[in-house]
Amino acid sequence: MGKHPVPTPSQTVGPFFGYALPFEDGHDAASDQEALRIEGQLLDGVGEPVPDGLVELSGGQQFARCRTDTEGAFHFDVVKPAAGSEAPHLDVTIFARGLLRHLATRIYFPDEETANASDRVLNLVDPARRDTLIAHPEGQVLRFDIRLQGESETVFFAL
Amino acid sequence: MPVKVSDSHRDSEPPYLHPAYRASVRRAPGRELVRLPPEWFHALPGPVFGRVPVRPGDADLTLQHEGRPLGERIIVSGRVTDSDGHPVRHTLVEVWQANAAGRYVDPMDDHPAPLDPNFTGAGRCLTDGEGRYRFVTVKPGAYPWRNHENAWRPAHIHFSLFGPSLESRLVTQMYFPGDPLMPFDPILQSIPDQRGRDLLVAALDLELTEPEWALGYRWDITLRGRNATPREA
Repeated sequence: MGKHPVPTPSQTVGPFFGYALPFEDGHDAASDQEALRIEGQLLDGVGEPVPDGLVELSGGQQFARCRTDTEGAFHFDVVKPAAGSEAPHLDVTIFARGLLRHLATRIYFPDEETANASDRVLNLVDPARRDTLIAHPEGQVLRFDIRLQGESETVFFAL
Repeated sequence: MPVKVSDSHRDSEPPYLHPAYRASVRRAPGRELVRLPPEWFHALPGPVFGRVPVRPGDADLTLQHEGRPLGERIIVSGRVTDSDGHPVRHTLVEVWQANAAGRYVDPMDDHPAPLDPNFTGAGRCLTDGEGRYRFVTVKPGAYPWRNHENAWRPAHIHFSLFGPSLESRLVTQMYFPGDPLMPFDPILQSIPDQRGRDLLVAALDLELTEPEWALGYRWDITLRGRNATPREA
């Protein structure tokens, strides 16, 4: 053992956080600015919705938290962050019953093809799976589904 | 069926897939997680959690209603530090738990144990200038769940913390010393080593205990990562 203390291990958020962790307008990270709506569904390895999940999103000064509903659906109102050394993106953290540790992924934007093509993180990802990190326009909203497992499993980053 | 995700350098963390915890089987990722160079990850600041409301009194779960909750009143307190042992100051700590009878307020909980009209079981506070937090609550009860035949969760309090960076985010559970259900709990036992499991068990602390009032339990928390920009030189 080194001189650094061992980090406290993770445990699942369990099924019963719904009365404790959500807060008023928690899904709305945009406050009064013109917002983009992001909608998605959290799905398990057989494509069933995950109704007891919690999705958090952050980027720049934005933070939002949304509990999934009975259909596994979540939604956020956000402002697209500015490009920095990486293409514009939002960090996403996923908690659920059944997840002993949380998962981390990213939402990239479909209208940033040039920036996405040179993004250092996207370029570390198997090209065949990169698409799982890019939201898709769907009417007036951006769609970003999260698949925990299976054929089109979302790319998750090690923490 | 997903394969186990290898994770050699975090040996006290539970794996994502732990079949004895049934719900993990369809929810654990099956692919290798993509590892970013650490300096990219460490550079990422943590979420700005300031939107989460923390009101005075949120740290005392026994004073949120007209009457006092039933059960054994306890104080739970400890220090939050980073991987260098430095205090994590002014960070958000959120807790939630079952009541003394082992029942959550959450409408999803159908365990036929009584609700307590004087207990919600949710609290928040910020750590102080030395990384300390303190909650007053009642000791939660054990409760059954349907993971396997005759499955019971040991008494526990759920904790959620942010810390300074993206990698320091932590959701976990605190257990009570001597609880005989701990060896049978697939969630606690998902942690591969005893050292790691011990880190989730609080210690009875007579220094924290308030005589004639409440037993004190001490539970210190170490978050991953370190403060990128220390507040003090």
